[in-house]
Amino acid sequence: MSEEQQKQAFDKEAYQAGLKELQVLDFALVELNLYLNTHPGDLQAIQQFNQLAQKRQAVAQQFELQFGPLVNFGNSYSRYPWQWNETPWPWQV
Amino acid sequence: MWLYEKKLQYPVKVSKCDPMMAKFLVEQYGGADGELAAALRYLNQRYTIPDKVIGVLNDIGTEEFAHLEMIATMIYKLTKDATPEQLREAGLGTDFVNHGGDLFYNSAAGVPWTATYIAAKGDPLANLYEDIAAEEKARATYQWLIDYTDDVDLQDSLKFLREREIVHAMRFRESVEIIKADMGQKKIY
Ligand SMILES: [Fe+2]
Repeated sequence: MSEEQQKQAFDKEAYQAGLKELQVLDFALVELNLYLNTHPGDLQAIQQFNQLAQKRQAVAQQFELQFGPLVNFGNSYSRYPWQWNETPWPWQV
Repeated sequence: MWLYEKKLQYPVKVSKCDPMMAKFLVEQYGGADGELAAALRYLNQRYTIPDKVIGVLNDIGTEEFAHLEMIATMIYKLTKDATPEQLREAGLGTDFVNHGGDLFYNSAAGVPWTATYIAAKGDPLANLYEDIAAEEKARATYQWLIDYTDDVDLQDSLKFLREREIVHAMRFRESVEIIKADMGQKKIY
C-alpha cells in the first residue's frame, strides 16, 4: 500500500471511538489505583480493579491490531515497516 | 522507568484558533501551580516520604505528566494555525520572536518556569500540606480558565482537569491522616 492509500485506509472515526473506549476504562483504572493507594484493604475495589485491568488488556490488544502500537520499548508489537513512528501522535488527533 | 502511551488521558478538542486563550492556558503549562511543577514536585518528594504514601506521590506525579500533555495539546491546537500577526494581537508577539511556534515553560505573564516552585521541606506533613495547597490552587486556576472561554469543547477538557485536582487533593489529605496515624502509634510505643 502506498502512503497515500494508507492514509485513506485510516478510519479516523473508528480510531477516535477506540481511543475513547480505552480512555473510559483507563479513567476507572486510574481512579481505582489512586483510591487503593490510600485504601489498600478494600477487597471489592481490588476485585473491580483486576476485572477492569483484564478487560483493558483485551481492548488495548484489539486497538493495537487495528491502529498500531500504543506503548513503546517493547510493550507493543510492530508490523513491517516500523509502526511506532507513524502519525497521528496524541496532540495531532 | 516510564513507558509512553500514545494516547491522551482524556480527549482534547478545540473549536477554533484562539491564541489569546492559549496565552492564558500557558499558566497551567509552566506556571507556579501548573502541571510541570506538580509532576516534578511529587516525583521529587516520593524518595523520602514514608513508605505508606510513596505510591500516592508516584502515581499522582505520573498522572500530572498526562495532564501536562493535555494542556500542551490545547495550546498547540489553539495556536498552530495562527499567523504571526494573530499571535502578536493575542499578546504572544514576544513569545513568537523568541520561540517561533514552539511551546515554552513560562507562566501566562511570561515568567519562565523555575525550580523555586518545588516545595521540598524534608518533612512529610509540611510537604503534603504544600501538595494539598498546590492541588487547590490548580483547581482554582482551571476554574478561571473555564470562565475565560466560550469554547464548549475546550471547557469540557478543562473541567476534566479541574475534577482531577479535586481527587488529588483528597488523596493527599488521606495521606496526611495515614502519616499522622503512624506517628501516633510510634509515640505510644
Ligand atoms: Fe493534580
